[in-house]
Amino acid sequence: MAANPMYQFNVYRIGPEIKIGEIDLSFTNASLFMVISSLAILIIFNLGAQKRNIIPDKIQLLSELSYTFVSKMISDTAGSKAKPYFSFIFSLFMFVLFCNMFGMIPYSFTVTSHIIVTFVLAAFIFIGVTIIGFIKHGFGYLKLFVPSGVPVVLLPLIVVIEIISYLSRPISLSVRLFANMMAGHTMMKVFGGFVVSLGIVGGWLPLSFSVALTGLEILVAFLQAYVFAILTCIYLNDALNLHH
Amino acid sequence: MKKIILLNIFYFSFCTLAVKSAEKGGMPQLDPEFWVSQIFWLTITFGTLFLVLSKFILPRISKNLEQRKLQILENIETAEKQREQSEKNLKEFDEIILKSKNKAKELMLAARERVVSEITKKKIKLDEDLNSEIQNVEKEIIELKLSSPKKINSIASNITNEVIKRLIGTDVNESSVSALVEQELKKLSRSTYGI
Repeated sequence: MAANPMYQFNVYRIGPEIKIGEIDLSFTNASLFMVISSLAILIIFNLGAQKRNIIPDKIQLLSELSYTFVSKMISDTAGSKAKPYFSFIFSLFMFVLFCNMFGMIPYSFTVTSHIIVTFVLAAFIFIGVTIIGFIKHGFGYLKLFVPSGVPVVLLPLIVVIEIISYLSRPISLSVRLFANMMAGHTMMKVFGGFVVSLGIVGGWLPLSFSVALTGLEILVAFLQAYVFAILTCIYLNDALNLHH
Repeated sequence: MKKIILLNIFYFSFCTLAVKSAEKGGMPQLDPEFWVSQIFWLTITFGTLFLVLSKFILPRISKNLEQRKLQILENIETAEKQREQSEKNLKEFDEIILKSKNKAKELMLAARERVVSEITKKKIKLDEDLNSEIQNVEKEIIELKLSSPKKINSIASNITNEVIKRLIGTDVNESSVSALVEQELKKLSRSTYGI
């Protein structure tokens, strides 16, 4: 069973079964890694925030650099109006990043490789951004679907396309992260299986490939977290500053 | 057409494979058994993460950053002030040096003048002294010059008198001797000085 590359994505119960009515809310390995990631983030940033040196030490520098990194990302993509949403985007970026990175540890579980997790995050962002858009602009937010400078003849078609693209945002956002994580981890598992099955004679090639793939996957883990956060910023930008 | 049929066959075979693998367990992600649990725990963990970060940790980090910025600005300000002060000090220092140089020059000039005037005074005095001395000496010399022939005459007449007395043994008339000596001396001086 362990040879199955999809086995690593199995969710299983840890501890007792918790049920409220018919709904199963048991603590699983996925929940465990969510808790670990959140705790790691909280511990690291708490340590970084406690120190108040003028010249920061390593952990303080880490937290301050991530702070400025995310704040620069937000101000670059969504402008100064997006400042109130900074802490949400910061926690989102850090959560996705830490979940991805913890997934890189062998025998661990990648929370973000589950479509339901990424979809809930993406749907929350989508709904939140839509609500913000309607609050800021009222029904004027619907102008988002009518780009300026389009010939009237094409308008019905464009509006339909815009609406479809807007509605597919949560799907594309969630599937991008989920598929990347799943594909990467499956590939690593497959190459790991090759190493075992080819043995000491032929296993070196897939092993070296596996090593390279690990580096690539760490890059992807960071990149996907970054893309997730920056797309959120871009959607937020649409809601805050109606450009069309 | 052939391509489409091939594609269709490929697609259907893929679909059946996917379905079969799903029946076997396939992608655990599509198994809804733990979906609600995952959503529930995601909400809890992400919610607490967001709340703690936004309420406690991020404000502190931003405060730290702000404080550092302020401190750096303050430091720059004080550095600027100190620089200005040091420039001022340098100017004052330069002025003081210039002043003292001028003063030293003045002092030197005054001292030189004083010395020079003293030297000239002394020189003049010395000259005067020398002149008077020279005049005195010249006078003496002249006097000597003037008196010397007479003295020589008297000495010569005395000596002659004495010589005659010894030789002859009698006193001779002094005035006649001196007249004779004078006459002889005049002759001598005429022959020696060529007068």
